[in-house]
Amino acid sequence: MQAMQHLFGIADLEPEQIEYLVNLGHSFIDINRRPLKKAPTLRGKTIINLFFENSTRTRTSFELAGKRLSADVINISASTSATKKGETLLDTGMTLAAMQPHVLVIRHSVAGTCEFLADYLDNTAIVNAGDGAHEHPTQILTDLLTLKQTWGSPKGKVITMVGDIAHSRVARSHLLAAKKLGYQMRVVAPKTLLPAEIERYGCEVYHDFDAALPGSDAVYMLRVQTERLTDNCCFPSIREYHEAYGLNRTRLKAAGEGALVLHPGPMNRGVEIATDVADSVHSHVLAQVEHGVAIRMAVLAALCGGHEQAHDEAARKRRTKRAMEEDAMQSKEGLWP
Amino acid sequence: MTIALLISGGRVIDPANAIDEICDIWIDANGSIAGIGSFDGEADQHIDASGQIVCPGLIDMHVHLREPGQEWKEDIESGSRAAVAGGVTSMCCMPNTGPHIDHAGVVRQIIERGHQVGLCNVHPIGAVTKNLDGKELTEMRELSRAGCVAFSDDGMPIWHAGVMRKALEYASSFGFMVIQHAEELNLTRGGAINEGWVSTQLGVTGMPVEGEDSMIARDIMLARRADARYHVAHISSQGGVALIRAAQAEGLNVTTEAAPHHFALTEEEVLGFNVDAKMSPPLRTEADRLAVMEGLRDGTIAVIATDHAPHHEDDKRCGLSCAAFGIVGLETMLPVSLELVRNGILSMSDMLAKMTCNPARLLDLDAGTLSLGAAADITIFNPDSSWVVDRNKLVSKGKNTPWHGKELTGQVTTTLKAGRVVFAEGCVHG
Repeated sequence: MQAMQHLFGIADLEPEQIEYLVNLGHSFIDINRRPLKKAPTLRGKTIINLFFENSTRTRTSFELAGKRLSADVINISASTSATKKGETLLDTGMTLAAMQPHVLVIRHSVAGTCEFLADYLDNTAIVNAGDGAHEHPTQILTDLLTLKQTWGSPKGKVITMVGDIAHSRVARSHLLAAKKLGYQMRVVAPKTLLPAEIERYGCEVYHDFDAALPGSDAVYMLRVQTERLTDNCCFPSIREYHEAYGLNRTRLKAAGEGALVLHPGPMNRGVEIATDVADSVHSHVLAQVEHGVAIRMAVLAALCGGHEQAHDEAARKRRTKRAMEEDAMQSKEGLWP
Repeated sequence: MTIALLISGGRVIDPANAIDEICDIWIDANGSIAGIGSFDGEADQHIDASGQIVCPGLIDMHVHLREPGQEWKEDIESGSRAAVAGGVTSMCCMPNTGPHIDHAGVVRQIIERGHQVGLCNVHPIGAVTKNLDGKELTEMRELSRAGCVAFSDDGMPIWHAGVMRKALEYASSFGFMVIQHAEELNLTRGGAINEGWVSTQLGVTGMPVEGEDSMIARDIMLARRADARYHVAHISSQGGVALIRAAQAEGLNVTTEAAPHHFALTEEEVLGFNVDAKMSPPLRTEADRLAVMEGLRDGTIAVIATDHAPHHEDDKRCGLSCAAFGIVGLETMLPVSLELVRNGILSMSDMLAKMTCNPARLLDLDAGTLSLGAAADITIFNPDSSWVVDRNKLVSKGKNTPWHGKELTGQVTTTLKAGRVVFAEGCVHG
């Protein structure tokens, strides 16, 4: 399998690489549940999280992922960065790269930002934490890990994704992953929230949520951005949107027994998802959040040339619980010699 | 008989006079064409054009020279140098400068600067509305007297239907042509590339082709009522070509031009977030590209013009959605267009007509022919010589070309302006 230099998107990953990262993420879940949440994998590595868009879960999970693997992590958000003083994105990127971090994790509202910066930055691995409506690869890896926990493999499953597909990077990355891993995507939205020629991804396209539900193994609700309402006339009101495209108990039942509910967050309760569904046992939303940390650990480990250590972590996962407790003791000793 | 300059043995093509033969062409001491045929006598200067094509100096009726106002992107001198390097000896510059070409003083300034540089005829196109803001008409008669050859708000559409109606009515009262950048902003606002499968994959906001088509459809209706001379700039869509074709069949005085990138490239070029393939109107689908070629073949599209839009690297050095619109075109116009001849779409003469006598006729320019007594603006090119485009070697200040690193076939070897060699052996002789 080819080693990764950057992680721009699902588009660039081979199916084996996706599976590798998901499996690696799986092996990291336990570290996050230990009393001492620390592994030495990335000791001596520097990671900069450069976020030009607001983010709570993605930024926090990248930060925790780096810190729990013992990397030095710096967070920069647009409000505190030099961009406010007129510095260009490229200069900000080059400035930070000159400080020799191993990884630059970037979120930006402009699609293609990571590809653009990578052309100019040497010796720095770039991770896309979401670029415009283009890609959000770590979210998809997170979802795949969540699905793996329940399904083992996503192959042959049907994921019904509902909402603002047009402006969603999560949707695009999932549509790419579905093709690579052999699961079926159904996308559900009014035409105003669907991008041109979406069917060319090989997905099924629905405007009627109720028609899309039967046979769905998972229902994936996307966040509705209310600014779409006023700026783009994409839908007339929250009320009508919820009625047509909100996930409620009745609809969840129609999806069939065992259907999972997913949401990349943050949720708008009462808009795309009813509270009772969001809090139901079918909801895997918090599992997604938890797995987000593990996946980001996997991505950082894979990119930091931590391949060997990463493999060690995976091997360690397969050992006994007792052995893991010993590991915990070791890391404890490592911390307090 | 002794003449000033002899160009011998080339294939002389002058579409205006239906000449296409291997012969000599000679120029007198005034820089005018003195004869075409077989020359027997003495010449002070001799250019051997055997194996090459000798044609009227090319006309590019759609360029942005950025002067006054944005001289770091291009100026009249650098634009003129780029022009003659591309075999262009007359060009029409669009009014989106700073100040805009909406006042006679600016027109005179540009023309005078063009004369000073002395490489290429520079014909300003005046603004249709003051400040290009689409509200009040400019003093078109005054601008015309100062030297404007047509009117346009290019870069921006004349979006307001009422203003466009008045513009067409007023301009046509005096025989002026209105050139429209056809784009319905309410459909395209925020877009960076063509809306379709490519924009969907990249997650970049698209500009639907209907933005162009609906504006052309509206304008044709208004032009019909006004009995106006309406010209669509840089047509890029299948629907647009069909609309123009129908309007012409109806007998309306509606014309259009195509830019080389719109018949040579498609939206696929943008994949990988290529900012040097971003322009407005955007590269579209293969069906659109083929329709533009068909429009060129059947004559619906009378003119090839580049929409030469130089930008500074800083304006392109950001993501696709924030990069400036436009690419340079003067230096690649001829080789890219020669592809139409190699593909059998157009004869060499018909292709050259679209960048010589056709734009001259539309704009009433005294250029674009090799008629006896005409100023000897002549381009000599080798149609079979291949070269690799290197953005860093472009003469233009703008380096934003989608052909960087690509091989093109067809190379200008010599350009003459009024009988004087202004470009030869890869060098501009200013």
